[in-house]
Amino acid sequence: MSDSMHGSHANPSNAGDNGVKAPLVAADGRPLKVSLRRALFKNKLRAILLVAPLMLFLLVAFILPIFSMLTRSVESNEVRTILPTTALAIQAWEGDGLPDEQVFAALAYDLQEGQRNRNLGRVASRLNYEFSGMRSTITGTARRISNIDSPDSWKETLMEAHRNWGNPDVWTVIKRESRGYTLSYYLAALDMRFDTDGSIVRQPESRRVYVDLMIKTLWMSILITFLCFLLGYPVAFLLASLPMRTSSLLMMLVLLPFWTSLLVRTTTWIAILQSQGILNNMLVALGIIDDQARLRMIYNEIGTIVAMTHILLPFMILPLYSVMKSISPSYMRAARSMGATGFTAFRRVYFPQTVPGIGAGAILVFILAIGYYITPALVGGESGRFITNFIAYHMQVSLNWGLAAAIASILLGLVITLYLIYNKLVGSDSLKLG
Amino acid sequence: MTKTFHKSALSIAVAFSATAIFSSAQAMEPLNVVSWGGAYTMSQEEAYSKPWTEKTGQRIINIDRSATGLAGLRAQVEAGNVTWDLVDMLPADAKIACAEGLIEVLNHDELLSPAPDGTPASEDFIPGALDECFVATIVYSNIVGFNTEMFPEDNQPSTIADVFDLENFPGMRSLQRRPINNLEWALIADGVAHDDVYDLLATEEGVERALAKLDTIKDHVIWWSEGAQPPQLLADKEVAFASAYNGRIFDAQVNENQPFGIIWDAQVFELDGWVVPKGKLDVAKDFLRFSTDTERNAAQASYISYGPARMSAAEIVGNHIPTGIDMTPHMPTYEPNFATALPKDDDFWADYQDELNERFDAWLAR
Amino acid sequence: MAVPAYATPFERAWYYIFRILCGLIFCFLVGPLFVIIPLSFNAEPYFSFTQKMLTLDPEGFSLRWYQDFFTSEAWLHSIKNSIIIAIASTILATILGTIAALGLSSRFMPYRSVVMAVLISPMIVPVIISGAGMFFFFSDIGLAQTYLGVILAHTALGIPFVVITVTATLTGFDQSLIRAAASMGANPTTTFFKVILPLVLPGVISGALFAFATSFDEVVVVLFISGPAQSTMPIQMWSGIRESISPTILAVATILVLLSVAMLMTVELLRRRSERIRGISPS
Repeated sequence: MSDSMHGSHANPSNAGDNGVKAPLVAADGRPLKVSLRRALFKNKLRAILLVAPLMLFLLVAFILPIFSMLTRSVESNEVRTILPTTALAIQAWEGDGLPDEQVFAALAYDLQEGQRNRNLGRVASRLNYEFSGMRSTITGTARRISNIDSPDSWKETLMEAHRNWGNPDVWTVIKRESRGYTLSYYLAALDMRFDTDGSIVRQPESRRVYVDLMIKTLWMSILITFLCFLLGYPVAFLLASLPMRTSSLLMMLVLLPFWTSLLVRTTTWIAILQSQGILNNMLVALGIIDDQARLRMIYNEIGTIVAMTHILLPFMILPLYSVMKSISPSYMRAARSMGATGFTAFRRVYFPQTVPGIGAGAILVFILAIGYYITPALVGGESGRFITNFIAYHMQVSLNWGLAAAIASILLGLVITLYLIYNKLVGSDSLKLG
Repeated sequence: MTKTFHKSALSIAVAFSATAIFSSAQAMEPLNVVSWGGAYTMSQEEAYSKPWTEKTGQRIINIDRSATGLAGLRAQVEAGNVTWDLVDMLPADAKIACAEGLIEVLNHDELLSPAPDGTPASEDFIPGALDECFVATIVYSNIVGFNTEMFPEDNQPSTIADVFDLENFPGMRSLQRRPINNLEWALIADGVAHDDVYDLLATEEGVERALAKLDTIKDHVIWWSEGAQPPQLLADKEVAFASAYNGRIFDAQVNENQPFGIIWDAQVFELDGWVVPKGKLDVAKDFLRFSTDTERNAAQASYISYGPARMSAAEIVGNHIPTGIDMTPHMPTYEPNFATALPKDDDFWADYQDELNERFDAWLAR
Repeated sequence: MAVPAYATPFERAWYYIFRILCGLIFCFLVGPLFVIIPLSFNAEPYFSFTQKMLTLDPEGFSLRWYQDFFTSEAWLHSIKNSIIIAIASTILATILGTIAALGLSSRFMPYRSVVMAVLISPMIVPVIISGAGMFFFFSDIGLAQTYLGVILAHTALGIPFVVITVTATLTGFDQSLIRAAASMGANPTTTFFKVILPLVLPGVISGALFAFATSFDEVVVVLFISGPAQSTMPIQMWSGIRESISPTILAVATILVLLSVAMLMTVELLRRRSERIRGISPS
């Protein structure tokens, strides 16, 4: 494995001795060109083989899982698999008025079958997302008709069992969702929906959630990034300008929080910021605020922003430091010697050279910030909530997995775009960890 | 002939006893019981688990995941690897799980023990307590608790309208982060009669009206999501009022001597109980029978102020065991507490929770 | 950075203000970590300093939360799980990551930056998305609620750290050393163990420590894919913080802070050693 980096054993000087005309030949007598190409290919193959196991592992344990989740954001199999006869029969319905008896009979058959197999729950939940009331419409109807055997008209029987079956909009939804794929999760994630006539419209204002939250997440991430820059820049500057011995000691102070458990760091902020916490107690003891007027610094945006700035600060300081370290102090001295004031020298000469570091740090912090979940969930309360909290909510509580997948894929798209920009600007191989 | 007969009888007997040993060894596997954590799990531990372990030697492992119980069940059944043996669940979730085939259909009279006087289980439980896949163990109530120290003695809150009255009862409030209960309370505080609450909530105007009422206190609300949070927030004086499960407030009152009061006005009560995950009936049925018998059901009420779901158990509820106080006035079903109670409408919420959750989230974000 | 001789009085003042400012930022960085240590010895179940603690009355302090921690079956079980999972996933991540880093730092590697970007992506993709994906996929293939599933998931999350640190060590690696070894008759295996490994070892070890720390601190994925048997320490902390922060959590937090100090020291020593070794290597 070691000689993957060898280069070839070919020795051009052998061939070159005997004059100009003879083709260059490697030690084994083959033309040098061929030998070189072969060696190159061998080395390439070796490098690829070394990386392959990891690539394969990530493919199975990481990339495939994410991909399989993303497919859920458009998948809508419930009607097709649980109400198969209905899904087939309803294709003939043009959407005017109510479907005919045949479709009703198909539905009745599917419901009776589903009631026996106990699998109506999924399709009831699925349709209830699209049309409130469908859950009880389906489960209630199935219960009521379970013992009815070929009545005169299924149409009347069903409409008697539940009035929703007389509503053409219900049938429109069933037909739309019987295709096997759906756009409605993405629409929901973008605060839009299908109108009854099938056109796409925005949700009424009282039901818009995700777009605003996404924007808020972006804003808070920008603010956190900016705060990290504000606090990180002076520290990086100090570290870069101190002698090695002192700076590596101080560097430990930057790296310590980096190494400390995220949960521990979040816990400490709760202990510090809560209304009976250290900071409030101190302020009360010093007489700065009244005992009754304790500041609310946690379970809101402030909590999220403070805790996340603390957590992400090292990710800003490290790239800034490595850029600043490479700037020769003689630039500043030269600027000063030519008459620039300290501030001008900094602004015109030093600062521009640190911009790549700022860019690298800022994008990294921003990418990490918008995807954060733990900290906003623990200290964010209501106003300090991120879009990730809704992914978790739909994964674990509402069980609307399609919507969770749709929100996740939008967030993922954003992160990947930023990551590509980051790669273009700095290259992922320049990431350093202390 | 006889010899062969003897031989085969012997081998059958051996086989039987082997199975018996094997299955009793299997019964010694600990039982994974999912519940809500905190004071509630403690009461189950005292009333069911400890006597069970003493009797059979089988250990009970408590898992505090009921808050995401439905999601957990779905995932486990989909994965074909069900590790939970018995789950404590709300009836609304149990209905969904049952319709999805995630939990076992229960034959109540066969599985549950009759009352001491021989009344079969199906007649001994209070109405609605036994559903296709569900056995209620308790009646609990959603109430609003408050910290008495945060109000002057002559001005303690007593009605649900007080929670919405910032002028006379200032301070932060903590409410559960979901529309259920909050919308009902908002309407009642706004003067809607109990009987009209759910009819009104099914209409656009009703929801608007409820949210408008909640708007009046929105800036003073911290939203909670875990049952153990409200007592903590009250104890820390982070908030003056907190909606909570009544047993949690009771627990803090008597076990931790916290100065808490309960507004029983407009309590929203509902049931809570066991479901058996798919394929776990054999492992769980003995413990299910044991924990729902009259004696155990009554015993739980000696640890936490939730009403027993069995009528025969309600008759024999004793004093609070750790402190010896009389449980009666702490029960949601106690006459003065129950006067203005509202039963939670599970069917309404089964249909409208998807839509109203969304509305509620949008409202929160506004 | 001493004050230069030509500095104006204003600049002198700024110099000191700047230092104070930086001092405050350092306090912001590390202060919170140490605030909780004394709190974890609180005799009362509160989250703030009591009067007795402030007057250094020994009665105000106690070890009860540590006792709570070390006698609680749930905590001990979760610690055991955390250690098993972290060690197993660290070993896997380190082996896979180091081998891949050797390939990556070869100048013959095609599409190097693309491959690198993919290998580092587990660090960039929000964990909640990875967790959700693994939840579905691992459920489908029967890995959910198993130790193996959690270990594989944590391996994926730890890999970027190993790849980054090992390639960083290899970037400064002098390729002529290998040729030198070969020219003196060492075979590839000997070269790897005698020349390459000693030089990249510090990188490998810090990468492994990063992977270990990542797994040891990971909540979201475990929350999604673990069963009750695999409950880890972060899960235990997470549910504790969400419900009520008893000082037991502070005791755990204190132990974890000390652990992170130890890990940081190790990495720092390794870094210095690595620099020293490379300092004497011909360049």
